[in-house]
Amino acid sequence: MKSVLPILTVIAAILLFWVVCVVPMNIHLVADQAQRDELIVTPETPSARQDVSGVGLALRNTHLIPLTYNFVRPNLPSPHQVAGEMYNTIFGQKITSKRSLVYHGWVTLAPTLLGFLIGTSLGIFLAVGIVYSRVMDLSVMPWAIVSQTIPILALAPMVIVVLGSMGIQGLFPKSLISAYLSFFPVVVGMVKGLRSPDAMQLDLLRTYNASKSQGFWALRLPASAPYLFASLKIGISASLVGTIVAELPTGARAGFGARMLVGDQYGQPLVSWAALFAAAITAAALVGIFSLIERITLKRMGMAAT
Amino acid sequence: MMATVAALLVWGAGWWLNVRLATGPHSDRPVVRALIPAIFGITVILVWELLVWAFEINPVILPAPSSIAERILVEGPRLWADFQQTIIKGAMTGYVFGGLAAFGVAILADRSDFLTRGILPVGSFMAALPIVGTAPIFVKWLGSDWESKAAVVAVMVFFPILVNTVAGLKDTSAMQRDLMRTYGAGYWPTLLKLRLPAAMPFIFNGLKIATTLALIGAIVAEFFGSPTVGMGFRISTSFGQLALDMVWAEIVIAALAGSGFYGAITLIEKRVTFWHPSQR
Repeated sequence: MKSVLPILTVIAAILLFWVVCVVPMNIHLVADQAQRDELIVTPETPSARQDVSGVGLALRNTHLIPLTYNFVRPNLPSPHQVAGEMYNTIFGQKITSKRSLVYHGWVTLAPTLLGFLIGTSLGIFLAVGIVYSRVMDLSVMPWAIVSQTIPILALAPMVIVVLGSMGIQGLFPKSLISAYLSFFPVVVGMVKGLRSPDAMQLDLLRTYNASKSQGFWALRLPASAPYLFASLKIGISASLVGTIVAELPTGARAGFGARMLVGDQYGQPLVSWAALFAAAITAAALVGIFSLIERITLKRMGMAAT
Repeated sequence: MMATVAALLVWGAGWWLNVRLATGPHSDRPVVRALIPAIFGITVILVWELLVWAFEINPVILPAPSSIAERILVEGPRLWADFQQTIIKGAMTGYVFGGLAAFGVAILADRSDFLTRGILPVGSFMAALPIVGTAPIFVKWLGSDWESKAAVVAVMVFFPILVNTVAGLKDTSAMQRDLMRTYGAGYWPTLLKLRLPAAMPFIFNGLKIATTLALIGAIVAEFFGSPTVGMGFRISTSFGQLALDMVWAEIVIAALAGSGFYGAITLIEKRVTFWHPSQR
């Protein structure tokens, strides 16, 4: 608990940086608008203002600074605008409404969770195969490691479009991507975990005359739990990022990714920013849930992290 | 029909060969260890090629490996231009700037234990967020050329490198720091001679995680606006023209660039942290 204060300080510093940036980022737009509203602006012509930096313009027009925080279509919205937009779209709308972020969140979350479930189960099975079969270990494992260095996430939108052109739509294409992204971290982590019992422990089981399956259930599987949870946390955030990227440039109509793009294209930056923060909160919540499960499980198994 | 049978045969032969090699007497030799995954990879590509022929799969859905290879050879100059635009200008610039910024912040924050305790949890939280989503915003701010891509990449790589550097700088024991104090070493000599070298394994871990992120950021950001060159641009436009072999050619280049980048960082790591147990 002693790190609460430092964490709050760092968050406050980030917010302060944001608040300071709002003025120079928006001042040109605000100055143009102010001129249309017949306020006094120096310099007077828009072209002359283009030559002045954001900070310089703000210093010469101090009376315009408050306006930058409530501008309708800002380059960089202020924190309270984003918070207000989020409040409106989360609590101010019916959750079935197309303007509700809860609705869009579910559109993104459902394929993420489905894909994560598929990817994780397949990953665990492959890991068991790799640990028990030397052939699979030697032929598949290097590829599993190399595949982590490939920017496959960047190709997510293409996968959606290919499957879409084959008439496959809805949950499945997005789940496929999130399954793929959670698959490899789980494989790599589980292989490490299933191999983590040391020679002494394996020897002990041999002296008990334990069979291979008994060794698996009684030693290897429990020993892999901490590794599994570490991979699950990486996998779930990768899955969510994958689903969002898949929604971004594919003309999806719903979901966090679609909201970010719609806000950008129709000149409603607040919509984009609200979606961005909602996605961040969702990611944080998912990772948080897994950390909680991890802590409870490991505690009950007597393996609580130091 | 013939091709299906051939595919099955190739799969069986590849698997049989690997079983023989993996359970054979020489299976621990480095050559054999490199050979087995290579055989597996070649088998998969051959089976892919044969199945595409056997079922006459429309190249709009899945092109054969041979046509992808042909595309890479024919379109060499264009792929090279895309590579330069996206990887060198976009990803590398952003990677270097993001890494330097993270490193600088880590060194500054390191002087205060209070700040360190705040930065570690906040940073690892930020590293798990979908920062790619800021790509449209950066493209709007900085225009569609490589600067906006570099900015997205810089933000994406910032947090993993920051968290790892801060964690690494904490990774010295009280005994080691006491030893430096008995030598009369001040803050800077201790930092340069003890704490930075000790932090290197962590820093390289962050740098390695960031390589993949950098490529993802640079490619994804191009989907939102780019000049008429670049890997993301080529992928989305080739897709529009149903030239899937070109899309796959870019995927191959991205995969090679990703593994190459990662491999380069690993090589440097080996040279720098030769003393660490994991490298010996």
